[in-house]
Amino acid sequence: MGIFEVVSIGIVAAVLVLLLKDKQPAIAYLIIVLTVLYFFIFLIQYVNEILQLVTYLGEEANIQSFYIKTILQIIGISYIAEIGSNIVKDAGLESVAFKIELVGKIFILILAIPIFQSLIETIINLFPMS
Amino acid sequence: MVGDTSILFQIAGIGIVVAMIHTVLKQMGKEEFAQFVSLVGFIIVLIFVINSISDLFEQIRAVFFFRG
Repeated sequence: MGIFEVVSIGIVAAVLVLLLKDKQPAIAYLIIVLTVLYFFIFLIQYVNEILQLVTYLGEEANIQSFYIKTILQIIGISYIAEIGSNIVKDAGLESVAFKIELVGKIFILILAIPIFQSLIETIINLFPMS
Repeated sequence: MVGDTSILFQIAGIGIVVAMIHTVLKQMGKEEFAQFVSLVGFIIVLIFVINSISDLFEQIRAVFFFRG
Protein backbone atom coordinates (compact mmCIF):
# COMPACT_ATOMS: atom_id res chain seq x y z
CA MET A 1 0.00 0.00 0.00
CA GLY A 2 1.38 3.34 -1.05
CA ILE A 3 -0.30 5.33 1.69
CA PHE A 4 1.67 3.65 4.48
CA GLU A 5 4.93 4.42 2.73
CA VAL A 6 3.96 8.04 2.25
CA VAL A 7 2.91 8.51 5.87
CA SER A 8 6.00 6.80 7.27
CA ILE A 9 8.31 8.80 5.01
CA GLY A 10 6.58 11.97 6.18
CA ILE A 11 7.10 11.05 9.83
CA VAL A 12 10.75 10.12 9.24
CA ALA A 13 11.34 13.41 7.42
CA ALA A 14 9.72 15.33 10.29
CA VAL A 15 11.99 13.65 12.83
CA LEU A 16 15.10 14.31 10.72
CA VAL A 17 14.12 17.95 10.28
CA LEU A 18 13.60 18.33 14.02
CA LEU A 19 17.04 16.83 14.55
CA LEU A 20 18.76 19.24 12.20
CA LYS A 21 16.72 22.40 12.58
CA ASP A 22 18.71 24.22 15.25
CA LYS A 23 22.16 23.21 13.98
CA GLN A 24 21.79 23.46 10.21
CA PRO A 25 18.53 25.16 9.23
CA ALA A 26 19.39 25.27 5.52
CA ILE A 27 19.93 21.51 5.26
CA ALA A 28 16.79 20.89 7.28
CA TYR A 29 14.88 23.04 4.81
CA LEU A 30 16.34 21.08 1.90
CA ILE A 31 15.13 17.86 3.54
CA ILE A 32 11.64 19.34 3.61
CA VAL A 33 11.91 20.30 -0.06
CA LEU A 34 13.14 16.84 -1.01
CA THR A 35 10.28 15.16 0.83
CA VAL A 36 7.73 17.37 -0.90
CA LEU A 37 9.30 16.59 -4.27
CA TYR A 38 9.22 12.85 -3.57
CA PHE A 39 5.57 13.01 -2.72
CA PHE A 40 4.78 14.90 -5.88
CA ILE A 41 6.77 12.49 -8.04
CA PHE A 42 4.85 9.68 -6.34
CA LEU A 43 1.56 11.48 -7.00
CA ILE A 44 2.25 12.28 -10.64
CA GLN A 45 2.26 8.60 -11.64
CA TYR A 46 -1.30 8.18 -10.46
CA VAL A 47 -2.36 11.48 -11.99
CA ASN A 48 -0.97 10.14 -15.24
CA GLU A 49 -3.39 7.21 -15.16
CA ILE A 50 -6.33 9.50 -14.44
CA LEU A 51 -5.35 11.78 -17.29
CA GLN A 52 -5.16 8.83 -19.66
CA LEU A 53 -8.76 8.09 -18.69
CA VAL A 54 -9.73 11.73 -19.33
CA THR A 55 -8.04 11.72 -22.73
CA TYR A 56 -9.73 8.45 -23.64
CA LEU A 57 -13.14 9.80 -22.65
CA GLY A 58 -12.53 12.94 -24.66
CA GLU A 59 -11.66 10.92 -27.73
CA GLU A 60 -14.75 8.76 -27.32
CA ALA A 61 -16.95 11.84 -26.97
CA ASN A 62 -15.41 13.42 -30.10
CA ILE A 63 -14.21 16.49 -28.26
CA GLN A 64 -11.58 18.43 -30.16
CA SER A 65 -8.15 17.45 -28.88
CA PHE A 66 -7.27 21.13 -28.58
CA TYR A 67 -9.65 21.59 -25.65
CA ILE A 68 -8.40 18.52 -23.80
CA LYS A 69 -4.82 19.66 -24.33
CA THR A 70 -5.57 23.09 -22.94
CA ILE A 71 -7.24 21.63 -19.88
CA LEU A 72 -4.27 19.32 -19.26
CA GLN A 73 -1.88 22.25 -19.57
CA ILE A 74 -3.96 24.23 -17.10
CA ILE A 75 -3.82 21.37 -14.61
CA GLY A 76 -0.06 21.10 -15.12
CA ILE A 77 0.46 24.81 -14.52
CA SER A 78 -1.62 24.68 -11.37
CA TYR A 79 0.39 21.70 -10.06
CA ILE A 80 3.73 23.42 -10.70
CA ALA A 81 2.52 26.69 -9.19
CA GLU A 82 1.25 24.81 -6.15
CA ILE A 83 4.57 23.02 -5.64
CA GLY A 84 6.58 26.20 -6.04
CA SER A 85 4.39 28.27 -3.78
CA ASN A 86 4.35 25.57 -1.08
CA ILE A 87 8.14 25.22 -1.13
CA VAL A 88 8.66 28.97 -0.97
CA LYS A 89 6.06 29.26 1.78
CA ASP A 90 7.96 26.67 3.83
CA ALA A 91 10.97 28.96 3.71
CA GLY A 92 8.83 31.72 5.17
CA LEU A 93 8.51 33.94 2.09
CA GLU A 94 4.76 34.44 2.05
CA SER A 95 4.78 37.30 -0.44
CA VAL A 96 6.89 35.43 -3.01
CA ALA A 97 4.61 32.42 -2.68
CA PHE A 98 1.61 34.63 -3.31
CA LYS A 99 3.25 36.07 -6.42
CA ILE A 100 3.96 32.58 -7.76
CA GLU A 101 0.30 31.71 -7.32
CA LEU A 102 -0.67 34.95 -9.05
CA VAL A 103 1.56 34.21 -12.04
CA GLY A 104 0.04 30.72 -12.25
CA LYS A 105 -3.46 32.17 -12.26
CA ILE A 106 -2.62 34.69 -14.97
CA PHE A 107 -1.03 32.00 -17.16
CA ILE A 108 -4.10 29.83 -16.74
CA LEU A 109 -6.26 32.77 -17.79
CA ILE A 110 -4.11 33.31 -20.88
CA LEU A 111 -4.38 29.63 -21.81
CA ALA A 112 -8.14 29.78 -21.41
CA ILE A 113 -8.57 32.75 -23.76
CA PRO A 114 -9.04 30.70 -27.00
CA ILE A 115 -11.70 28.51 -25.38
CA PHE A 116 -13.48 31.59 -24.10
CA GLN A 117 -13.30 33.17 -27.55
CA SER A 118 -14.85 30.13 -29.20
CA LEU A 119 -17.58 30.13 -26.57
CA ILE A 120 -18.38 33.76 -27.32
CA GLU A 121 -18.42 33.05 -31.05
CA THR A 122 -20.82 30.17 -30.53
CA ILE A 123 -23.16 32.35 -28.51
CA ILE A 124 -23.04 35.09 -31.13
CA ASN A 125 -23.83 32.54 -33.83
CA LEU A 126 -26.81 31.32 -31.83
CA PHE A 127 -28.35 34.77 -31.90
CA PRO A 128 -27.65 36.12 -35.35
CA MET A 129 -27.47 39.87 -35.41
CA SER A 130 -29.08 41.50 -38.38
CA MET B 1 6.01 3.33 -5.40
CA VAL B 2 7.95 6.05 -3.73
CA GLY B 3 11.46 6.23 -5.08
CA ASP B 4 14.71 5.69 -3.29
CA THR B 5 14.15 7.24 0.13
CA SER B 6 17.52 6.35 1.61
CA ILE B 7 18.57 9.74 0.24
CA LEU B 8 16.67 11.35 3.13
CA PHE B 9 18.84 9.55 5.67
CA GLN B 10 21.89 10.31 3.58
CA ILE B 11 21.16 14.03 3.67
CA ALA B 12 20.38 13.95 7.39
CA GLY B 13 23.71 12.19 7.91
CA ILE B 14 25.51 14.85 5.89
CA GLY B 15 23.76 17.50 7.96
CA ILE B 16 24.75 15.93 11.28
CA VAL B 17 28.38 15.43 10.21
CA VAL B 18 28.59 18.99 8.92
CA ALA B 19 27.09 20.32 12.15
CA MET B 20 29.66 18.32 14.15
CA ILE B 21 32.58 19.56 12.06
CA HIS B 22 31.19 23.08 12.34
CA THR B 23 31.06 22.84 16.13
CA VAL B 24 34.56 21.36 16.40
CA LEU B 25 36.10 23.98 14.11
CA LYS B 26 34.32 26.73 16.01
CA GLN B 27 35.69 25.41 19.30
CA MET B 28 39.18 25.45 17.78
CA GLY B 29 38.65 29.10 16.89
CA LYS B 30 38.59 28.68 13.10
CA GLU B 31 35.38 30.50 12.29
CA GLU B 32 36.13 30.87 8.58
CA PHE B 33 36.74 27.15 8.04
CA ALA B 34 33.58 26.39 9.97
CA GLN B 35 31.55 28.65 7.68
CA PHE B 36 33.23 27.12 4.65
CA VAL B 37 32.42 23.56 5.71
CA SER B 38 28.84 24.59 6.34
CA LEU B 39 28.62 26.08 2.85
CA VAL B 40 30.10 23.01 1.17
CA GLY B 41 27.67 20.71 2.98
CA PHE B 42 24.80 22.89 1.91
CA ILE B 43 25.94 22.84 -1.73
CA ILE B 44 26.28 19.03 -1.73
CA VAL B 45 22.74 18.66 -0.42
CA LEU B 46 21.53 21.29 -2.86
CA ILE B 47 22.81 19.18 -5.76
CA PHE B 48 20.63 16.26 -4.63
CA VAL B 49 17.63 18.53 -4.40
CA ILE B 50 18.27 20.09 -7.80
CA ASN B 51 18.38 16.63 -9.37
CA SER B 52 15.08 15.80 -7.74
CA ILE B 53 13.47 19.05 -8.90
CA SER B 54 14.62 18.42 -12.46
CA ASP B 55 13.22 14.90 -12.27
CA LEU B 56 9.86 16.18 -11.08
CA PHE B 57 9.65 18.87 -13.76
CA GLU B 58 10.48 16.37 -16.48
CA GLN B 59 7.73 14.06 -15.21
CA ILE B 60 5.16 16.86 -15.07
CA ARG B 61 6.13 18.02 -18.54
CA ALA B 62 5.82 14.49 -19.91
CA VAL B 63 2.43 13.97 -18.29
CA PHE B 64 0.74 17.30 -18.92
CA PHE B 65 2.29 19.18 -21.80
CA PHE B 66 3.20 16.81 -24.60
CA ARG B 67 0.05 14.87 -24.97
CA GLY B 68 -3.61 15.39 -25.68
